[in-house]
Amino acid sequence: MRKIAIYGKGGIGKSTTTQNTVAGLAEMNKKIMVVGCDPKADSTRLLLGGLAQKSVLDTLRDEGEDVELADIRKAGFNGTWCVESGGPEPGVGCAGRGIITSINMLESLGAYHESEALDYAFYDVLGDVVCGGFAMPIRDGKAEEIYIVCSGEMMAMYAANNICKGIMKYAESGGVRLGGLICNSRNVDNEREMIEELAKKIGTQMIYFVPRDNDVQRAEINRMTVIEWNAKAPQADHYRNLAKAIDQNTNFVVPKPLEIEELEQLLMDFGLLEAV
Amino acid sequence: MLLRHTPKEIKERSALSINPAKTCQPIGAMYAALGIHGCLPHSHGSQGCCAYHRSALTRHYKEPVSAATSSFTEGASVFGGGANLVSAIENIFTVYEPDVIAVHTTCLSETIGDDLPQMTDKAKKSGKVPEGKHVIYANTPSYVGSHVTGFSNMVKGMAKGFAVNTGRKNGRVNIIPGWVEPSDMEEVRRMATLMGLDIILFPDTSGVLNGALTGEYKMFPDGGTPVADLVASGDAIGTLALGEWCSADAARWLDTQCKVPCTVLDMPFGLKSTDRFIDTLRKVAGVSVPDTIAFERGQLVDLISDMHQYFHGKKVALVGDPDQVIALTEFLASIDMKPVHIVTGTPGNKFEKRIEEITAEAGYKANVKAGGDMFLLHQWIKNEPVDLIIGNTYCKYIARDEDIPFLRFGFPILDRVGHQYFPIVGYKGGLHMLTRILDLLLTRTDRDETEEKFELVY
Repeated sequence: MRKIAIYGKGGIGKSTTTQNTVAGLAEMNKKIMVVGCDPKADSTRLLLGGLAQKSVLDTLRDEGEDVELADIRKAGFNGTWCVESGGPEPGVGCAGRGIITSINMLESLGAYHESEALDYAFYDVLGDVVCGGFAMPIRDGKAEEIYIVCSGEMMAMYAANNICKGIMKYAESGGVRLGGLICNSRNVDNEREMIEELAKKIGTQMIYFVPRDNDVQRAEINRMTVIEWNAKAPQADHYRNLAKAIDQNTNFVVPKPLEIEELEQLLMDFGLLEAV
Repeated sequence: MLLRHTPKEIKERSALSINPAKTCQPIGAMYAALGIHGCLPHSHGSQGCCAYHRSALTRHYKEPVSAATSSFTEGASVFGGGANLVSAIENIFTVYEPDVIAVHTTCLSETIGDDLPQMTDKAKKSGKVPEGKHVIYANTPSYVGSHVTGFSNMVKGMAKGFAVNTGRKNGRVNIIPGWVEPSDMEEVRRMATLMGLDIILFPDTSGVLNGALTGEYKMFPDGGTPVADLVASGDAIGTLALGEWCSADAARWLDTQCKVPCTVLDMPFGLKSTDRFIDTLRKVAGVSVPDTIAFERGQLVDLISDMHQYFHGKKVALVGDPDQVIALTEFLASIDMKPVHIVTGTPGNKFEKRIEEITAEAGYKANVKAGGDMFLLHQWIKNEPVDLIIGNTYCKYIARDEDIPFLRFGFPILDRVGHQYFPIVGYKGGLHMLTRILDLLLTRTDRDETEEKFELVY
């Protein structure tokens, strides 16, 4: 089983990219479990056709500790297993602890057991690695591959660089490695070149460039992944290609995050090219 | 009447515990860690946690309990306790020179998500752990489970931290005694040795928390399971785990990771469960039961039959930790006493099911609650009075208010001694237990009987 965590700046399209890619892998007959690690619990909406999942923490709160796997895991598109860790309402409690609790619970319930015959476990993690709880998926061998979703915007690149710092910390003692950057295009000038260069500097690769296409939004409105909504759409092929690239990826590294000056220089070099 | 506000009427409570029947996970982890020879428990959190856990153990054992702390400040809570732990490990090995540091977490370090594997690994890689010394760890958030969970986690941590499967069996048998007193661990060893077994007992707090006053202070007493034994546990021919809650996790880990087959038994309190324990030892060792043990069993049977009329039908309220309470309930029911109110503070529905099976077999129905508290026990007693209360020291308030004989049992016992020295496991332990119960019941009869019924001979 390959265990993959997707990180990236808030709003960059992690959940959308994850679910569309998972749909692509599911089409290739892979058995996948998606674990949403976001208190908003919207990481599996497109696979399940709506916010139809009761989160692990809500289940725990309502039913006490005698939770069974069937209570927290639902089958979505093409037999993918969907789990939402959930968390507190905004402004209270500790979301990081929620993620720790959920993942521990999945382990003790045997969700990762050999008998489940999973090919992939995907963790879709909220935003930055803000605290220990959000690092949970990369601790202790839980996720082994990380992909960072980013775009050519300054803040997205800054976040990607920061996430690399978190990965570096855990890569020293554990087996976690960076598998690449996924560029979710925002139509920024020289975006592809800039992210390729950023990836190179960090020591990794840009594994795929996902172009911007409004079909993604249309599919989202219909609570579906692009592949399910319109299997013939060109964007569906892009996600299939991304799925294939991840499936065939062998490039796993301990990232070398950049100093902030280096990062700004990168932006200057590529961002200003157009103006010249 | 210190508990005069406890009402007889029982109302459903969803979010309030009154006089809980459990305490923090780290206390269990600390107690377990003290059962390794030359081990300094280390509390990864702020100082207050460590101070409380040490003093709770000292009050129970009347022995000094050493433990270190990561001494979290506001800064450590924000930035993570990694740096504190690494320098603590360096200082401890430099100043106190233990063989092992057993790190457990606290609520605070768990909540901020401190990652013990990564931190201890960092300490090792940066040369803070001298050659031949060890750091093991267990996660012990107190908002999960109870002190029993913490004990179990640390015992599992011992297996994970030390056991090695070299592929060559060493012919020894692992016995995980569970959370029992040092005297009980000693008794388990005595019985196994009489059966001719070469055992690895872990943890083993005998000689650590029931030591002798010699005038010389030893930070690391002579007792405890040697590290070499813990390493060898991965090559044992089998594991006997006493108690599902306390010991089974470690035994199952050894089973799956080191291919050491495990058997989980009840704690050997009284006739039936000691029979099962001895029988399992007999099968593992392939020997017949020696006369010494058969004689001890005969003595227990003799006492039960001699004094049966005084035990018969006596109602008991019982509170404690799941493994101990299950075994004791079976023991008491087997001599026709009736444990009618049974509470454990540790959550887990399996407890209630198991107790219901035992009492159903004895032909009655008891009040039973897992994750319950002493307030509920007291209310049950008010509704259906009992002849005896068995539980930890905190029961003395109920016993005094209701004027009921009270036998101290479990953890903690803060106001009496004896639990360190006299076992309750095995046939000998059963004799000891029944002698004390009988004394309490008959002393009460002597006090309360009318003059014409006052008996010289029982």
